[in-house]
Amino acid sequence: MGFSTTLTVNGVKRTLELDDPRVTLLDLLRERLELTGTKKGCDRGQCGACTVIVDGRRINSCLALAISHDGADVLTIEGVTRGDRLHPVQEAFIAHDGLQCGFCTPGQIMSAVGLIHEGHAGDDPERVREGMSGNLCRCGAYQGITEAVLEAQKALEAASRKEVA
Amino acid sequence: MKSFDYVRPATVREAVAAAAEPGAAYLAAGTNLLDLMKAGVTRPNLLVDITHLRDLYHVEDLADGSVRIGALVRNADLAHDRKFARRFPAVAEALLSGASAQLRNAATVGGNLVQRTRCAYFYDVASACNKRSPGAGCDARGGDNRLHAILGWSQSCIATHPSDFCIPLAALDAVVEVEGRAGRREIPLELFHRLPGDAPDRENMLEPGEMIVAVRLPAEAARFAAHARYLKVRERTSYAFAVVSAAAALRFEAGAIADARLALGGVAMKPWRAREAEQILIGAPAAASLFRRAAETALAEAKPSGDNAYKIELARRVVVRALTLAAAGTPERMPALPGSPFAAVSGVVNHG
Repeated sequence: MGFSTTLTVNGVKRTLELDDPRVTLLDLLRERLELTGTKKGCDRGQCGACTVIVDGRRINSCLALAISHDGADVLTIEGVTRGDRLHPVQEAFIAHDGLQCGFCTPGQIMSAVGLIHEGHAGDDPERVREGMSGNLCRCGAYQGITEAVLEAQKALEAASRKEVA
Repeated sequence: MKSFDYVRPATVREAVAAAAEPGAAYLAAGTNLLDLMKAGVTRPNLLVDITHLRDLYHVEDLADGSVRIGALVRNADLAHDRKFARRFPAVAEALLSGASAQLRNAATVGGNLVQRTRCAYFYDVASACNKRSPGAGCDARGGDNRLHAILGWSQSCIATHPSDFCIPLAALDAVVEVEGRAGRREIPLELFHRLPGDAPDRENMLEPGEMIVAVRLPAEAARFAAHARYLKVRERTSYAFAVVSAAAALRFEAGAIADARLALGGVAMKPWRAREAEQILIGAPAAASLFRRAAETALAEAKPSGDNAYKIELARRVVVRALTLAAAGTPERMPALPGSPFAAVSGVVNHG
């Protein structure tokens, strides 16, 4: 029995036939859509490497059944750049050495994009660390990650003020 | 993961009809269910996906002053609902002390109540577990059991219930609305979860196929808003289950405690309401010695189930500190680390 699922992924509408309802959103992105920027770390919702933004909210794509998200809007790391320009969060991660091996980085960046959008952390490093605690980094780049999130948030706020003005 | 069939009903009635099939399970966010299915702990034949039931996503104020939270309201949405958090700050703090931001964005109110224990032996299908396979035995009894129960455990099971959210709900007399083929009924949250006894596989009062549709907080629960806290000791600062936690809520009149609510988490297979301790608090002015007496009473029946005798004194101290925090007053803003013991205790009680 086939299951048809329609998702908008990075702005492109995709209709997919699933022959098995067991497919997670993570596996669908990586194996069916070849969007391998989203990483599979623990596959159990503990590490955050698979973080993507679904309908405006960051979630663990490894614990989401693709079929249940029929109709959803999905943003992955491949969709955050603006043409040739990196997203301000990506730029800040580079500027602050918010990574070493880089495996957790797409999840960290998507989580940071989600955190800034949620708007609860402000400029408090403690609130940023708490808000990013669902993303583990084995290389221990946490200090750079926190600095990057704070700076990216400032850059995005300045940009939105400019837009308003 | 074992294969399963999948249906997506359009109404609660259709969902309940579909879930009547043996081996069916409701799918909400799936943050716990999918994890259990990947581990082979839970093996449903049919998933009844209820996430498209839009009616279950609302937080409603009812005419009698109570609040009705739809079963699919996401943890993050409830915790950040300003009006809700102002009336029930300990509930918001408990929610924000749990899991990670990603999980809170997905996990639902109803799912939180029926999540399974994180006992490692329950999760490991190679271990003996009476909860997973009735009669198989319990490897936790002779295993790594530092985090296991100190209240209400039995020879057959020493696991704990992992919820933070349920702790203030139990303290504040929340009610669970459930629907089954026989219609709708209500279960007080305090009675919703079952202690293990000799049937640890039965964790709550839901009948097969019954579905949680809402959780209700009575108007009375908002009267504690000025003095309500949740405190959670974890093995790391964030993103960890409670070793021990407590929800404490006080109401003062003329300098004395007019009403008190207290419940503990991480200590038993259900949220542990400490009613006798509440009675000790009522009528007295807030004082460290009073809080210690309440804590002694709350833990009077506690017994170690393994290498966890330390949790009894830890639980007493968590109770004292939660009451101290509650007496000092609900903070203006949610603390940077919700429920964390690393935050300073402020207010007069600390200095008195």
